[in-house]
Amino acid sequence: MPNMSLKKNPMPSQEPDVRNKNFLEVALGYTEEMAIDEAKRCLNCKHSPCVSGCPVSIHIPEFIKEVANGNFAKAYEIISKSSSLPAVCGRVCPQESQCEAKCVRGIKGEPVGIGRLERFVADWHNAQENTEIKKPKSNGHKVAIVGSGPSGLTCAGDLAKMGYDVTVFEALHLAGGVLVYGIPEFRLPKSIVQKEIDTLKELGVKVETNMVIGKVLSIDELIDDGFEAVFIGSGAGLPRFMGIPGENLKGVYSANEFLTRVNLMKSYKENPTTPIMHAKKVAVVGGGNVAMDAARSAKRLGAEEVYIVYRRSEEELPARKEEVEHAKEEGIIFKLLNNPVEILPNENNFVGGMKCVEMELGEPDESGRRRPVVKEDSEFTLDVDCVIMSIGTSPNPLIKSTTKGLETQKWGGIIADEKGATSRIGVYAGGDAVTGAATVILAMGAGKTAAAAIDEYIQNK
Amino acid sequence: MFKILKKKVLNPTVTLMEIDAPLIAKKAEPGQFIILRVDENGERIPLTVADFDRQKGTVTIIFQIVGATTEALNHKEEGDYIQDFVGPLGVPSHTEGLKKVAVVGGGVGCAIAYPIAKKLHQQGTEVHSVVGFRNKDLVILEEEFNNVSDKVCMMTDDGSYGRKGLVTDALKDLIESGEQYDEVITIGPLIMMKFVTLLTKQYNIPTIVSMNPIMIDGTGMCGGCRLTVGGKTKFACVDGPDFNGFEVDFDEAMERGSMYKSFERKAHEETCNLFKKEVE
Repeated sequence: MPNMSLKKNPMPSQEPDVRNKNFLEVALGYTEEMAIDEAKRCLNCKHSPCVSGCPVSIHIPEFIKEVANGNFAKAYEIISKSSSLPAVCGRVCPQESQCEAKCVRGIKGEPVGIGRLERFVADWHNAQENTEIKKPKSNGHKVAIVGSGPSGLTCAGDLAKMGYDVTVFEALHLAGGVLVYGIPEFRLPKSIVQKEIDTLKELGVKVETNMVIGKVLSIDELIDDGFEAVFIGSGAGLPRFMGIPGENLKGVYSANEFLTRVNLMKSYKENPTTPIMHAKKVAVVGGGNVAMDAARSAKRLGAEEVYIVYRRSEEELPARKEEVEHAKEEGIIFKLLNNPVEILPNENNFVGGMKCVEMELGEPDESGRRRPVVKEDSEFTLDVDCVIMSIGTSPNPLIKSTTKGLETQKWGGIIADEKGATSRIGVYAGGDAVTGAATVILAMGAGKTAAAAIDEYIQNK
Repeated sequence: MFKILKKKVLNPTVTLMEIDAPLIAKKAEPGQFIILRVDENGERIPLTVADFDRQKGTVTIIFQIVGATTEALNHKEEGDYIQDFVGPLGVPSHTEGLKKVAVVGGGVGCAIAYPIAKKLHQQGTEVHSVVGFRNKDLVILEEEFNNVSDKVCMMTDDGSYGRKGLVTDALKDLIESGEQYDEVITIGPLIMMKFVTLLTKQYNIPTIVSMNPIMIDGTGMCGGCRLTVGGKTKFACVDGPDFNGFEVDFDEAMERGSMYKSFERKAHEETCNLFKKEVE
């Protein structure tokens, strides 16, 4: 008999007032009992609508059935057929708008906690000793992957499982891309990312750090070196700024810089080698997941007041609901329908305040969201000593400018078809480098699709 | 890991190292930079490529000991290894078509100016080098500049070597004496580059400056190295580090460069204590 409870088993978490002072993981994960109980809520629908909501098509009811039976190893085996990074996806995927959005149980009550179960299975697997990984038989074909973020790692994992000789080139000193420089420790512990990368290495994937493709080697040189195909997953790129006065004052960060200092360079630790400003009052401009990560990190660094300043209303916040709720619980103050117009200096040319205007929502714009318009005479100054701009990115120009014949959009994104093929034969691309800033799982989906296309291309050559 | 093949103390605060980095040596051009981390958990710092040898596969860096990281780097010896070394980053300096150029270097900035002077010289450009230091003890690369320049003006602040005065004094005299330059390339402290551009602006001589702002990734991701150039936001790591000197907002760059000054001083002192060395 399925468990007919209308509610998901709640996720054990650190208390908001405790966790907003440390960088340890917020969500603690299900116990075996909770996982089995939650798994029993799955009706194992024949038409499995959840699978169609998953960008990497994990066989969801099958793995959940194994969890319900307490057969966690088998559950992991099923997930890992489709996903190279289950411990990551179980944590950062927006399940509420993907698999769980399609769950039949969600029609009346809450959907099955698919993401939480995925996380449980992956963590269970990672906690086992001597998990044996079968290294696939080599097929003798070499593929290069540019960038070790979610799309690159997924593409690498899938190709390695098919027997390809895969080398991943990473520009930074550490592999993982946005999973290590962007998403904070308290949402995605770096040891988990490392574990997933180690698993790929055991599959035979080679990872070369400190390799800026487009500079030290070009795409063409990779092809000349014997790589039969190249996948570009170079990520989102440079931060955008608003173009308002005062944006280059000391104490104004892009979210990328702030998070890179905190995460990749570990400036949240005591006596860091890379400095970070420990501000008292912080304004984060923007309403996406990255803005939530920046705000929650600033709070943990000791800020008394942290604001999310967003020009639309709560309904339009692009961040996941769960992230918004977590942020609110931790004491982040939401200044919605507010827009900065100027950042003001103090006497030392650090941030002394931020001049904002109030907004109201007018007619829908081309994005379908109601366009925010400035309320007259609504100007006010927010008392802050640090501003973090989190309003998006534009693609990194390095590969575009050094790869002849690689077509890009006007805004810089690499043009790729639905299979990831670019205008250059044998060169594929996916993730934020193609779509502009999006989610980890969409990037993984693109990496997966491209891996299949690369396999088809090489086998039919 | 990257091996230090050679270490040479150029003056009490400036050290040269040759690093075994064949892939970077193959591609490096004057004006480009590398980013290094001395050890695990170290910070990433950018250093300009001071020279390279494509045959030997080496990249030369010259650094001034100013903070904790450069202090730690200076404690590495020949045969030791550096954790990370990545590059070549940034856009190479444009040297095509230049017939006569004044290269103006200040202090450790001469380490960046030298490879550019060398490249200009090799392509047949007439090179006048104006190099400035605080005093005689701090002079570096004198012989190197002599070898690649048609004329060298050595300046020291206190007159203990060469001529007493600022690089702008010497440059002004050269221009006033009738030297006609296609371009002035200047590299050194921000305040020096600012005054060089104020001078050359009067004579309308195109002037290129090499900016060295705070950087983290150095690959076009974090945006920490942003500058205002011609009223627009530019990123030194992918748009530069060379920019049109007339368009750079130097005052803003100087402010931004000082953001972590107190942190850096403290970190440097702690590192010096670690190495039991007095802070100079």
